[in-house]
Amino acid sequence: MSAPVHGLMAEFDNPTALVAAARAARGKGYRKLDAYSPFPIEELSGALDLHHNKLPLIVLAGGIVGGIAGYLLQYFVTVLYYPINVGGRPLHSWPAYIVITFETAILFAALAAVLGLMGLCGLPQPYHPVFNVPRFALASRNRFFLCIEAADPLFDAVGTAGFLRTLEPREVSEVEE
Amino acid sequence: MADELQVADRPAEKIIAPGYTFGTITDQISTVVLTTRTPVFWMAGFGLGLVLLLLFLLAAGVLLAKGTGIWGIRTPVMWGFAITNFVWWIGIGHAGTLISAILLLLNQRWRNSINRFAEAMTLFAVACAGMFPLLHLGRPWLFYWLMPYPNTMGIEPNFRSPLVWDVFAVSTYATVSLLFWYVGLMPDLATLRDRAGNKIARLIYAVGALGWRGSARHWSVYETASLLLAGIATPLVLSVHTVVSFDFTIAIVPGWHSTFFPPYFVAGAIYSGFAMVLALAIPLRSVYGLKGLITDKHLDNSAKVMLATGLIVGYAYILEAFTGWYSGNVYEHAVTVNRMTGPYALQYWTLVLCNIVAPNFLWIKKFRSTPWLLFVWSLIVLVGMWLERYVIIVSSLAQDNLVSSWRVFQGTRWDWATYLGTIGLFLFLFFLFIRLLPMISIFEVRTLLPQAKVEPGEDRR
Repeated sequence: MSAPVHGLMAEFDNPTALVAAARAARGKGYRKLDAYSPFPIEELSGALDLHHNKLPLIVLAGGIVGGIAGYLLQYFVTVLYYPINVGGRPLHSWPAYIVITFETAILFAALAAVLGLMGLCGLPQPYHPVFNVPRFALASRNRFFLCIEAADPLFDAVGTAGFLRTLEPREVSEVEE
Repeated sequence: MADELQVADRPAEKIIAPGYTFGTITDQISTVVLTTRTPVFWMAGFGLGLVLLLLFLLAAGVLLAKGTGIWGIRTPVMWGFAITNFVWWIGIGHAGTLISAILLLLNQRWRNSINRFAEAMTLFAVACAGMFPLLHLGRPWLFYWLMPYPNTMGIEPNFRSPLVWDVFAVSTYATVSLLFWYVGLMPDLATLRDRAGNKIARLIYAVGALGWRGSARHWSVYETASLLLAGIATPLVLSVHTVVSFDFTIAIVPGWHSTFFPPYFVAGAIYSGFAMVLALAIPLRSVYGLKGLITDKHLDNSAKVMLATGLIVGYAYILEAFTGWYSGNVYEHAVTVNRMTGPYALQYWTLVLCNIVAPNFLWIKKFRSTPWLLFVWSLIVLVGMWLERYVIIVSSLAQDNLVSSWRVFQGTRWDWATYLGTIGLFLFLFFLFIRLLPMISIFEVRTLLPQAKVEPGEDRR
């Protein structure tokens, strides 16, 4: 093998086979692996131990920051920067701030959710080695792929390919870097 | 697809027609976009939208040149068509968010095949709604004064005004709807990227897909993000029409100053929104042969939501009249009587017909299972809901506390031109959307297939 290799990829035609393959690969001790599917598969997250991510915390933080920012904006404008005395009513009229505080909390939380999603997934990512496999175009249609990456300490071009073949895939292909 | 497993022994959930595979779903939905043949229906719809859009540009141009006097608004009816249309359009948008967010949280899987175009409908409806307050400003080019920003004029928006709340609510709603819609589109843009034959099309879809590759790591975060966005959008959508209703309730105008406006407005919004969903879905699924994906079950469910919200709206009308009488307030009483017998009696009784009488026909199953009848009914509901806002806004203002200032409002041809123009803007954007982007969420419909379920335990390789 002359070209540097990103990993080995096995192609399956149904989600059950992919989940079983992912479980088998994890069972074999492989850790640097990823699965590709045309729709989210809950069991796959379980098989690859992906259930925890930091997104809820990011969104919570976004919401809290947004709410505080919205409240302080109104406090600053109505109390400090541009106070208007209307018949002696209090300048710090917090009930009137509720709506905008709520809206900015929602806005920041939603922005945090989307930016957090992009950040945690490393998107936008114009290039990725898996796209070098011609059949990978079907990952967005009706095929399911499992990729064991060369970075895995157990990876060995011949042995890993042999292991993937025992999972009865439709095809095993090499992913060029 | 011969090379794909068909699962015959387990019937599909009755949401979509049986016999679909991952491949056929993908092909059927993406072909609408990727084909070079444009159907005559599309040309006609897009053409109509374009003509009306030009009418809108003309009306807006005349408005900029001459001012808001070209509309029928005169003291005391300064809100007229503009705010009626604003509330109408915003309300229509609400069904899209209800379908995409609330039904997701409630695990209503039938939403998967209608959420995409319903969300697009939301975006475009909000865009149309936004036109009216902007043009109504009189000097629309100074719209940014609505936002707080450091300026040398020493002025700031009044944060105690519901009109400023509305600016925040509607702009947040537009932003969150756009984000939610785009996140939902990403995996489908990747599908189009992988299937487009044309190089330029592939490049454009690739840029839109941001390098999405369907990785399990991404899907896991993606699912969390969808749920969180749905959770965020749910209180938001309920708040938006609540804040819109604050525009009225906080004013002490008789007929407006009422605590039941928020739930009444939200129910009315969903009622008219589902009518628009049906009015769009019924012709689309016939023309594009999508009856297997948008089935009679979807129409039936939407009609039921319309019936339920229609009953809430009907209850609100009855309560409104009751409160006018029971309050003992002479002005509230006069407004109620004026609505029923005054210059706007025709509009009032038409809206009663459209919104109290008409929805009750949806109790009948035959009605809910006949698409063309549902189509006609959804148009009736849309007209009824427009009249509702018209009656609330115009009749309350035209005959307010002081009899000497009463004045009957009539929409001018420019009022109508602007209103029809925004319908054109909506059609224009919507037809562009169905030609350029998948109108049904491909990846979410894939999950409805029986073969998408992972078999527990035993390997089925």
